[in-house]
Amino acid sequence: MNVTVIKPGLLSSLQDAGRPGHAALGVGRTGAMDPSAWQLANALVGNAGGEAAIECTLTGPSLRFEQAAVIALTGAPITARVGEHSMPMWTTCHLPAGSVLHLGGMASGCRSYLAVRGGFHVEALLGSRSSDLHARIGYAHGRALCSGDVLPIGATAPLPGSPAGNDVQPLGWSLDPQPWFDFAQRPLALLRGSHWAQLDTASQQLLFGGKFSLSKDSNRTASRLDGHTLKLRAPLELISEAALPGTVQLPPSGQPIALLAEAPVTGGYPRIGQIAAVDLPGLAQRRPGNTVCFRETTLDEALMRLAARRQRLTRLLGTIAQRLEHR
Amino acid sequence: MPPTIKFEALAEDALLLRFGERIDIELNAQVQAATARLRQRLPQLECVPAYASVLLRFDLQHWPGDNPHEQIQAAAGAALDETSSTIAAVQDLVIPVCYGGEYGPDLAEVAALCRLDTDTVIARHTAADYRVAMLGFAPGFPYLLGLDPQLAVPRRTDPRQRVPAGSVAIGGSQTGIYPEVLPGGWQLIGRTPLRLFDITANTPSLFAPGDRVRFQAIDEGQFHDLAAANPA
Repeated sequence: MNVTVIKPGLLSSLQDAGRPGHAALGVGRTGAMDPSAWQLANALVGNAGGEAAIECTLTGPSLRFEQAAVIALTGAPITARVGEHSMPMWTTCHLPAGSVLHLGGMASGCRSYLAVRGGFHVEALLGSRSSDLHARIGYAHGRALCSGDVLPIGATAPLPGSPAGNDVQPLGWSLDPQPWFDFAQRPLALLRGSHWAQLDTASQQLLFGGKFSLSKDSNRTASRLDGHTLKLRAPLELISEAALPGTVQLPPSGQPIALLAEAPVTGGYPRIGQIAAVDLPGLAQRRPGNTVCFRETTLDEALMRLAARRQRLTRLLGTIAQRLEHR
Repeated sequence: MPPTIKFEALAEDALLLRFGERIDIELNAQVQAATARLRQRLPQLECVPAYASVLLRFDLQHWPGDNPHEQIQAAAGAALDETSSTIAAVQDLVIPVCYGGEYGPDLAEVAALCRLDTDTVIARHTAADYRVAMLGFAPGFPYLLGLDPQLAVPRRTDPRQRVPAGSVAIGGSQTGIYPEVLPGGWQLIGRTPLRLFDITANTPSLFAPGDRVRFQAIDEGQFHDLAAANPA
């Protein structure tokens, strides 16, 4: 079974949990920018493993499903229709053979996830089907999806109680997106970085009190923050060392850069902050022009919030699996 | 653990083990030895060596409890305190390089900046013993220590959009090799026909941190023979 890309959307790529464990060879992790949305999309179609899903950016693709399929959409609220039917998000949906799914723009947010039962089964490289657009690793040498791409779907047993008809059929229930998609765009929790103390006093205050906005010049590698130029007390000459998603760096221009899923594995700019992992999807879901503010957090608080979110997600994944089994 | 080693908390799932703040062959040798020891004793940690530090990245689910950072610092400190010697698997690699011409378009400029003739630049570049300090910038890109200080030249003021794969380059006091076509600002002195990175191979990267490297000058004919034997 295959899915054909009719229109690619602005920037659509296959993403899974990424490629951890190879940074020492210069290979970054990459993976879904909003991991919980990706995981929930897989759960809603009954994919047990970490199957690859399509990550859409701002405008989604149009896709033709040759055979009947079970799909789910999560993440940023995106318009989705199949013929006359508009397709709801955060639920499981049956598509008949030959369906063309048109994904459009997003009402808010920046990234939506489309999972299909069986997963997109392109070749796995170093254990992952994620595209690293920057390092050109993944399906079709890590490029974004293009018109005419034919994506294979993994073989699976049909979902229990799957309809056989020719209608688009969403399940009668859906998830509440609220805890998993942050419409409110709250301030992001930020830990002081290794070189925070070297910022001048005004810049220290601006980092935690100022309003930044997401630059157009942002991508899966990094969010560039406009609005304030930050300064160090004195220039710092640093040698390259490991870089991480969530690190807020300060290059000589004074414009802060927050590294994201496709962060390079090494970097040499001063690290002025580290965004709490639990709030990183909140940044990944900002679109150019959106406000970005930071509030100070501690490692203990960041760890506690992360553990709480993971517990909640694990419970929800269990509930979804049960409901799919017994419907 | 030597008192000069410091832990820095980087993120919820990441600690940096810092040995110093300089690019120094001896410091990097400590980094490689510590990396080998930690990988052997604590295989559940991802260790990423750099010039003077090792990133320790961990899965929080393997370190339950309220203070995973303290647990990992204690475990890593104990591993590094052990006196048994760890023998890291280190390769000795000889990298054939065709210097100058279209393969190394900046060789003449580098020679002029160093006040040497191009043959002397090649002789000095091939005479040195190098160590892979770390990989980064792109998959399989080796940052090499050991460049003859006489050959240190500034980066180009106009970086190239497309540096050819295999280009051997000098940037400041460092030398390295571009594994793929990449943008880059280092001075290109030659090119190797070897393939540095193949993600589908069992060992995707030709280089690993800690490897010993030498360069060997080859001519254009040898370059083409070797390139034919190592198709991309």
